[in-house]
Amino acid sequence: MFLIPDPVVRFFHRMASPPHFYAFTQRLMPWLVVIFLLLTAAGLYGGLYLAPADYQQGDSYRIIYIHVPSAWMSLFIYMVMAVAGGIGLVWRIKLAEIVAISSAPVGASFTFIALVTGSLWGKPMWGTWWVWDARLTSELILLFLYLGVIGLYGAIDDKRTASRAVAILALVGVVNIPIIHYSVEWWNTLHQGPTVTKMDKPSIHVSMLIPLLLMAVAFKFYYLIAMLQRARTELLLRERNAQWVKAMISESK
Amino acid sequence: MTMQEFFAMGGYAFYVWTSYGLTLIVLLANIIIPVVQRRQFLRSLTLKQKRQ
Repeated sequence: MFLIPDPVVRFFHRMASPPHFYAFTQRLMPWLVVIFLLLTAAGLYGGLYLAPADYQQGDSYRIIYIHVPSAWMSLFIYMVMAVAGGIGLVWRIKLAEIVAISSAPVGASFTFIALVTGSLWGKPMWGTWWVWDARLTSELILLFLYLGVIGLYGAIDDKRTASRAVAILALVGVVNIPIIHYSVEWWNTLHQGPTVTKMDKPSIHVSMLIPLLLMAVAFKFYYLIAMLQRARTELLLRERNAQWVKAMISESK
Repeated sequence: MTMQEFFAMGGYAFYVWTSYGLTLIVLLANIIIPVVQRRQFLRSLTLKQKRQ
């Protein structure tokens, strides 16, 4: 642990304790919500109002401000889920298991949003709602992976066992992540190539790029809010017989 | 830009606003569902403790 500063280590130790996690996330929540709302307001104002229409796609391109951040989130959350699941698998940390399973519905939602907004963007621009090309198909597989994780977790009664099963499924599914990312380069596809992550020079104007990045950060905060809300509920369900839950209930009476 | 022009989205109003509306619904649901579940569960725990 000599590479990680001591306060960071202590923070993670404390966060692994259920009562501390439950209390701390409650205090954190209003801050997260305020930051999320400010970023979203700025991002939408920049994207829907300030940014000019695209010279080829007109105003239809404005779907980008939710489509691309959602697609990024669908991959990001999957990686968080797989890593947290792996940590739970190896070290049996209950809160890692809870973070992993609480991420799944949020990730599935962002995947769903990416697919549907992509469809709503594809119809006017490509002339079709859907094509079975590499990018769209691999993203659809990602949605099924998320749904598989949620279904598997629900199907096993013992939640410690369920978490281990889910972690293995999530880790195996990681193979899909690079496939999604590189699909537009490996295969000929209707989906356009990357515009932002091209290292040398993003092929997007700065007035469009700034709101896009604002929305991307806003969605990160949204993920934290939604995942933590799920995690707190899941934690209570699992710890219903623990002393700290009983104490909290009798205090609130 | 007038309000009407803004909402017309250059003729793409249906596609743009459906995307944003749907996103709003999905994101709201993801907050409301766990919060409601937790409140119900806390209430049931409180009732159980009162009975004991």
